[in-house]
Amino acid sequence: MSSRIVHAEIGTPSPGVTTLPARAPANTAQPADDLIVRNPGMPLDLGFLESTRFVNRSALERRVATMTKRRSIKGDNQAAWLLRAIALMDLTTLNSNDTDERVRRLCAKALNPLRTDIAEGLGVAEATIRPAAVCVYHPFVATAVEALHGSGVHVAAVSTAFPHGLAPLATRLQEIEASVRDGADEIDVVIPRGLVFGARWQELYDEIVAMRAACGESHLKVILGTGDLSTLRNVTLASMVAMMAGADFIKTSTGKESVNATLPVGLAMVRAIRAYFETTGFLIGFKPAGGISTAKSALDWLVLIKEELGRRWLEPDLFRFGASSLLTDIERQLEHHLTGHYSANYRHALA
Amino acid sequence: MNIMERYQAMEYGPAPESRAEADAWIAGRDFARSLYVGGEWRAAEGGATFEVRDPATGALLANVSEAGKADVDAAVAAAAKALPKWRATSGFARARILYAIGRAMQRHGRLFAVLESLDNGKPIRESRDIDVPLAIRHFIHHAGWAQSLDRDFPGQAGVGVVGQIIPWNFPLLMLAWKVAPALSAGCTVVLKPAELTPLTAILFSEICARAGVPKGVVNIVHGGPAAGSAIVEHSGIDKIAFTGSSEVGKIIRKATAGSGKKLSLELGGKSAFMVFEDADLDSAVEGLVDGIWFNQGQVCCAGSRLLVQEGIAEAFLAKVKARMAKLRLGSPLDKNTDIGPLVDAIQLERVRRLVAEGARQGAVCWQPDQPLPNAGYFHLPTLATGVSPANILAQEEVFGPVLSVITFRNTEEAVELANNTRYGLAASVWSENVNLALHVAPQLKAGVVWINGTNMFDAACGFGGYRESGFGREGGREGMFEYLSSPLPLGAAIKAAAPAAEPATAGEGDAIDRTAKLYIGGKQVRPDGNYAYPVLGRKGRLAGEAGLGNRKDIRDAVAAARGCKAWPEATAFNRSQVLYFLAENLSGRADEFAARIADLTGVSGRAARAEVDLSVERLFLYAGLADKFEGRAHQPPMRAVTLALHEPVGVVGVVAPDDAPLLGLVSLVAPLLAMGNTVVAVPSERHALVATDLYQVLEYSDVPAGALNIVTGRASDLATVLARHDDVDGLWVVADAATCAKVEAESIGNLKRVWTAGGRTLDWHSAAAAGEAFLRRAIEVKNVWVPYGD
Repeated sequence: MSSRIVHAEIGTPSPGVTTLPARAPANTAQPADDLIVRNPGMPLDLGFLESTRFVNRSALERRVATMTKRRSIKGDNQAAWLLRAIALMDLTTLNSNDTDERVRRLCAKALNPLRTDIAEGLGVAEATIRPAAVCVYHPFVATAVEALHGSGVHVAAVSTAFPHGLAPLATRLQEIEASVRDGADEIDVVIPRGLVFGARWQELYDEIVAMRAACGESHLKVILGTGDLSTLRNVTLASMVAMMAGADFIKTSTGKESVNATLPVGLAMVRAIRAYFETTGFLIGFKPAGGISTAKSALDWLVLIKEELGRRWLEPDLFRFGASSLLTDIERQLEHHLTGHYSANYRHALA
Repeated sequence: MNIMERYQAMEYGPAPESRAEADAWIAGRDFARSLYVGGEWRAAEGGATFEVRDPATGALLANVSEAGKADVDAAVAAAAKALPKWRATSGFARARILYAIGRAMQRHGRLFAVLESLDNGKPIRESRDIDVPLAIRHFIHHAGWAQSLDRDFPGQAGVGVVGQIIPWNFPLLMLAWKVAPALSAGCTVVLKPAELTPLTAILFSEICARAGVPKGVVNIVHGGPAAGSAIVEHSGIDKIAFTGSSEVGKIIRKATAGSGKKLSLELGGKSAFMVFEDADLDSAVEGLVDGIWFNQGQVCCAGSRLLVQEGIAEAFLAKVKARMAKLRLGSPLDKNTDIGPLVDAIQLERVRRLVAEGARQGAVCWQPDQPLPNAGYFHLPTLATGVSPANILAQEEVFGPVLSVITFRNTEEAVELANNTRYGLAASVWSENVNLALHVAPQLKAGVVWINGTNMFDAACGFGGYRESGFGREGGREGMFEYLSSPLPLGAAIKAAAPAAEPATAGEGDAIDRTAKLYIGGKQVRPDGNYAYPVLGRKGRLAGEAGLGNRKDIRDAVAAARGCKAWPEATAFNRSQVLYFLAENLSGRADEFAARIADLTGVSGRAARAEVDLSVERLFLYAGLADKFEGRAHQPPMRAVTLALHEPVGVVGVVAPDDAPLLGLVSLVAPLLAMGNTVVAVPSERHALVATDLYQVLEYSDVPAGALNIVTGRASDLATVLARHDDVDGLWVVADAATCAKVEAESIGNLKRVWTAGGRTLDWHSAAAAGEAFLRRAIEVKNVWVPYGD
């Protein structure tokens, strides 16, 4: 996969989708000429959709099982990759007992994700390595925006009746607008999974188009709830509809389904992203979320992205981890890299 | 590079597997004494050694003892000495030893893997995750067969001392495929690893010693072709199992002709990798990576011929190229290496030569833009498009990382292209349509078919080829049969046929003259040469004249048999009913046939009638078994079902004996017909009129034209013609020893499956002259792997 910019030439913006200027990722140095063009979406193309339905679960499972054995990242490279994982993180709290204070604490961790001695030891003190965003429920958007003001760390809100998405559409759109008003520049929406089971692609498409319109300049991440979708074929088809409708990112899970982000699901989604890119030239981001809590599993995901999509996708404008406890495990691994000692969780600041 | 630079680069970097343990093992061994014979480490007679080198660097790894004839003699003597006791060892005791070997290999799994990668050049990821675990699986799986031998293989016993010769591409795995079933069946073993890759076999010898394998049960000798031919030609060996090239396989077939040695050959391939328009293309690309870029393409069942449907070819090849660009060449001991070096300079030179010749013949050879490592025998992965079916890259086994591409328009053409090869080892079928996939799989001439997958192996699922990819199966129940035998009810030695005697007296009676013709393609036809020979009856009186068939008649009969689709495609129930009907109609003319037999052979009327009755009974037996001798469904340790299908061998020649001219013929032909083969039979030369009387019975029994063809004439001449006919898939010969040896030697043109009774006849009246042993020879087992899940 080439890492040069691909300018949008194909695809007509759907009604209600505004083409937005390109956006630079806020938390990592990136050459200004490598900005991606935001996906304008395209008309729902059922022929294109159908052409993507051939997804062989066994083969995908074999691919991910061997891929993680085919690639191994050691030593300084591993430390660098783990730092990358931090920069690609949406540090998340999505609990029914969240409070403003809890969110402020999370933001503080986002601003200082690494213990000073570790950052210095790795020689990254000068560079700012921070999670790409903090991800919260709507009521805490304003708190997070305030806490992160000026840092470049984005604020993502889960909107649209997260995690089930079963409120009336008008209510869900209002929620998006409210989050945008409060300062969320990234909106994670959920789809009603029933639309996928019913193959109600037009309805699904229309809803996402409306959500995209409601987002305005804020970026739209579409959560598929893959743990609910039963088959990888459904995952792929839902991914394609979301991208056609103008998603900036597609995201696996809410973290509330019984099955979270798995590598086979991730493979199906990144291959859908590749198919969309090959057809339209637009680069869509990918966010696995839920259950990614160890440094080792983070590396597996990064290998998946590098192998299937390429280096360009390992930037925060195209890849995010949705995670809450991952950061601590990465910190422990980085400390081990520096000292040779295995660390304990309590030696690292709580998020 | 500091960490922030690495943070920008996001490269994998080196991830070397430590070779310290392997180096320590190598340093601690006396390789000049590495023949493992009778439980002792020996130097070769005369102290000869050969060099073993690391193909990634060319560095010398060891100087290993090079066995000569005397060493092989010693090994065979040790195996023969150990045989009686090992055979008598209880199944449980043998199972314990196989289990102990498997577990010990597991405990030293990493050492085996590192040694294998050092010696062969295969990436450590493959030796660690594929070769070694599968080898272990074979031993533990076969521990079970050892213990259940009496239950699962009643009446069968181990064949005795087996000579096994294995290749360099999967040194340990091929050793396991050979040694595990042999020990399980109660055989003792003389095994020769390839001279390029002896190291893991030496470590395995150590494991045998530690796991309590009795002395002499496993003997491992190292060396090259000289040691190999000493094994092949050794009179003390009862069976040869060989994995390697088709060229050497043919030499072995010829060398063992007439020796009575049981033989299994697992040879080369040019396997089709078929991608239909409704395939998961991204997954099919990964399938190719596992198919042709596994072990540098040095895999007998490598999917080296990509057949892709026209409508998706362009998109698919773009994906293939993108994927090829991501394959990493490098040190076999780096965990991030996808492609290591080829095994040696000769192999590299061969691959280069074939690629150059393919390009000269019009192929466009594409390689990713990657640097080759400075040292070692590396070859870039190569995609050859513009390949016509006649191009050398579409025909020859390259045994390297070279994929040739041909497009097809529809399913029929895909199957035709897939089968357009002398080989028949394996095939992959990629389609999300299970109807299509399961429609194509049975039409492929290949011993293994993977649906939406490739290079899947398991100890429970047989592996082996059709056509010139060899015969016999390894793994599973059918693999066990290769090391077992059940006694045949052998009769007297058959004497070579004397020139037909002149009749003492002319025929008598006032019946109208009858002309016995040949029976080809459902018609009675005159022999091509238009000669006849006398068939004598009682007291040398002329009973009639039979057509003197020649090679052109055999040619026509084979064409008729090949052209008969109705019989192999008929349902088993349908074949069953036809055979029952044949029995019914023969029974209706029992008196006439008995009279003919009595007249021609001189047996009593009662004995003749008994032969006819038993022939009817035998037809009934096989009619009943036609829809019962079925395949199995294996459950390999993954989410897949493997269907072991019984398929007919194809066109099979039969040369029947003179004694019991009807029963002998029926006993040979009926099992073949029951399993859906089409047959060209040469009946008893002396008593040919028994067979020619059958024509009418065949005609009104609904036997489709071409299913059974009968050519009378000089049996030993016609047997040779059949042996040399490359469109004959199998040949069963009950004739004199010289004819039997000759047909075995002459069968190498297409490596047809030959069975003879070694110059003896059988007691056709014995129940042991019928049944499963014959049905097993009448089929090929095709293992169709069907992974599933949605």
